[in-house]
Amino acid sequence: MRLPLLALLARGPAHGYELKQDLEQLLGSAYPQPNVGQIYVTLGRLEKSGLIEGEDVEQSSRPNKKVYHLTDAGREALRAWFEVPEDEPRVRDEFFMKLALAPRTGLAEQIALINRQRRQYLNTMRDLSKLAATENRDNRIAHLLIEGAMLHLQADLDWLERCQEELEELE
Amino acid sequence: MSDTPTPLLRAEGLVKTHYGEGAPAHAVRGVGLSVARGEFVAVTGPSGAGKSTLLHLLGGLQRPDAGRIWLDGECADSYSEARWAMERRKRIGIVFQFFNLVSNLSVADNVELPALLAGVPPKRARTEREELLTELGLAGKERSMPGELSGGEQQRVALARALVNHPPLLLADEPAGSLDSKGTREVMRLLSRFHQRGQTIVLVTHDARLASAADRVISFFDGRIADDATLDGTPSRGAGISGVLELRD
Repeated sequence: MRLPLLALLARGPAHGYELKQDLEQLLGSAYPQPNVGQIYVTLGRLEKSGLIEGEDVEQSSRPNKKVYHLTDAGREALRAWFEVPEDEPRVRDEFFMKLALAPRTGLAEQIALINRQRRQYLNTMRDLSKLAATENRDNRIAHLLIEGAMLHLQADLDWLERCQEELEELE
Repeated sequence: MSDTPTPLLRAEGLVKTHYGEGAPAHAVRGVGLSVARGEFVAVTGPSGAGKSTLLHLLGGLQRPDAGRIWLDGECADSYSEARWAMERRKRIGIVFQFFNLVSNLSVADNVELPALLAGVPPKRARTEREELLTELGLAGKERSMPGELSGGEQQRVALARALVNHPPLLLADEPAGSLDSKGTREVMRLLSRFHQRGQTIVLVTHDARLASAADRVISFFDGRIADDATLDGTPSRGAGISGVLELRD
């Protein structure tokens, strides 16, 4: 959450609730609603590390709100963020360990493990399809997020298929 | 058992082996399945698993070496080729990966032909065609030839052709297999829409995204059903959808 909040502040100062709304608008209903408490905590940490600065603004009928802006150090951190590529996604290690170890335990069957995992992925895939159908068509960023999740799941499902092909041959 | 509705499609013990060059290919090795009216069933699996052969058996495009098929409770064992051809006009609509449109007929004629062959009066065939093409976003393309259309458009014409006689059962064999991702989404959207209106669909696909539009997914491996899962949209455990969407720091 730290860098996305910095990125939202690059455009200009904002307070916590505004940042939550910005994030929601950008990512659409697809993205799990950010928790406003978590946003305030993260903003506090960012301020402590000198990446942003907060300024109390008085409000007539409500408690003061804190408006944050990016510091030079914050801008630098953001540049560095954009500069580096991210790590590759990883194979679901926990499932792989189950698959690899099942035969030695005599407690689970590999094909049954694969079938159960596939059902889990397919149900999630179905949820994503529904989400894609309800999300505002014009929000391209939200659709790209959903499509990314679907393509990852597709790859995981393809890999399950490979596992099943290989392991059924051994039987 | 009398209160159990008759399945629209039922198969038992289906076997099909292809004999060509080299070793015989056991495409379907003892498959039984039942599809209820209104169900949307996807059959997925790796290429070469025999899922297309299964669909061809279900549509009478190939005959099984063993096993039986019932259409709406009626045994199809004794059906001749001509009878199957008639069933494919009236009771079973089929769409294929490569559309299989008649290339020297216009879009309108491609869609109207099966209606006319089924004995529908020309005027009604035309009305049906107009309604379907409009529904599928193809109004204005009636006079085009299939070759002038994009893949996605051709598949929509094929869908209109398959549905023009209101068959209770729609069989789809990799309908998005030769489409780009936009075309795939389009096919997915349309299949879902027809399903919501009660169309029974059996879809063969290797694409899990497409399969997830169905409410039941059969995993097909090496000529057999490996799993038969009803999707209820709730992953059995874990974070599910938010787990795959949340961008973590």
